[in-house]
Amino acid sequence: MEALVIKVDQLVDGVLKDDRKAIARLISLIENDSPEGLGAVRLLYPHTGRAYVIGVTGPAGCGKSTLIYRLASELRKKDKTVGVVAIDPTSPFSGGALLGDRIRMQNLSTDEGVYIRSMATRGTLGGLAKATADAVRVLDASGKDVVFVETSGAGQSEVDVIKVAHTILVVMAPGLGDDIQASKAGMMEIGDIFIVNKADRDNADKAVEEIEAMIELGIQEGRWRPPVVKTTASSGRGVENVVEKIEEHEQYLTRTSAKENLVHRSEIEIAEALRYRLTDRLMAELRKDSNFARLVKRVAARKMDPYSAADRLVSEYIRKRGRSRRKP
Amino acid sequence: MNSRAKLRVLVAKPGLDDHDRGAKVIARAFRDAGMEVIYTGLRQTPEQIVKTAVQEDADAIALSILSGAHMTLFPRIFELMRKEGISDVLVIGGGIIPDEDVSELKKMGLSEVFGPGTPTSVVVDYVVQHARRR
Repeated sequence: MEALVIKVDQLVDGVLKDDRKAIARLISLIENDSPEGLGAVRLLYPHTGRAYVIGVTGPAGCGKSTLIYRLASELRKKDKTVGVVAIDPTSPFSGGALLGDRIRMQNLSTDEGVYIRSMATRGTLGGLAKATADAVRVLDASGKDVVFVETSGAGQSEVDVIKVAHTILVVMAPGLGDDIQASKAGMMEIGDIFIVNKADRDNADKAVEEIEAMIELGIQEGRWRPPVVKTTASSGRGVENVVEKIEEHEQYLTRTSAKENLVHRSEIEIAEALRYRLTDRLMAELRKDSNFARLVKRVAARKMDPYSAADRLVSEYIRKRGRSRRKP
Repeated sequence: MNSRAKLRVLVAKPGLDDHDRGAKVIARAFRDAGMEVIYTGLRQTPEQIVKTAVQEDADAIALSILSGAHMTLFPRIFELMRKEGISDVLVIGGGIIPDEDVSELKKMGLSEVFGPGTPTSVVVDYVVQHARRR
């Protein structure tokens, strides 16, 4: 047990000193759902809350990684330190993953002010959002001014992941075969800035018009109106405009009560932590319980429905807790 | 090892040759074997490779070299790995590396070389067996 404590302390110290090996090791522990990882994250939590988190999402091939590379380079010119968490899907067949986002960012790999980490989705319900949020906290605690989170926006879990961000960039590219109108509703709702990348292509202006029409539908008086920006990330064109819009959004967040936003974000963080506790960890414990196995069989035989099963588990859990509290 | 833990392998092409088919084939083979492959693309400098390995907490580094520059690139990589404190990471090589250089490279820290035509399963098995475990 003592060895565990020492290890956690060393990791925490290392992260606070921006020791890259400690950061790397801790993110791996977090991904592997290890208790030391969780222990370290809890100790680091008071040191978080400084970094500005920018989510970048959009269909595969639209240029997210290149755009992040350009944005990070701009931030470096302003002497800001940057973290990047780039997420790619795990193959459901092999459990492995090809993580290639950082190819576009490799020029920054030797910049000591930039930390880039590739993560695979690994396919656990809710697990990705938790791992990502914790990885962002580690980079935050290590002192990074800005942290980018890149996802492919393909599934609901990826939409959840991006909610850790202050500003969400939704990136699209004309002619990807991805009909703008068919864009998932989730993307349209959470985007703070819309970017039409590869704007040198045909139909870029049409894409801008279509997005603006959809934004028009969702406008609320007095709320932030998402701008649409054209970029050609491969050449860097338009990237300065994106930086400008991000700064504007940051100012908007500050103006419209920073405290409320902080409280709201903390609520989301607790909800995520609860979901992790209740779903993943509880399920892991239940699977060891023979009573649970019996309950599962009853539901499978249609002798009970899943909701009643869940209700029973909840009341059993509350009863158990009540009993253990009464113990001296 | 934690059953959730995955092997993380960095596949890199140091130096200036642009033939990446072999590297891509091995990267896909690693992925199909359940590993998380960080593929960094062409023209990587030793510094880029080692810095990436640190940030990605790589358990193994697979280097593909066809340019003949292996006797300059590998030693530099091993030196940087020592500086960064990641000498426990497995390093394997692929591509065109002459036999007479292999034994010298192995003394420096290269674990094994897999020439063209080696079945990918052989390479995968080797990495699974010898990669650093946490």
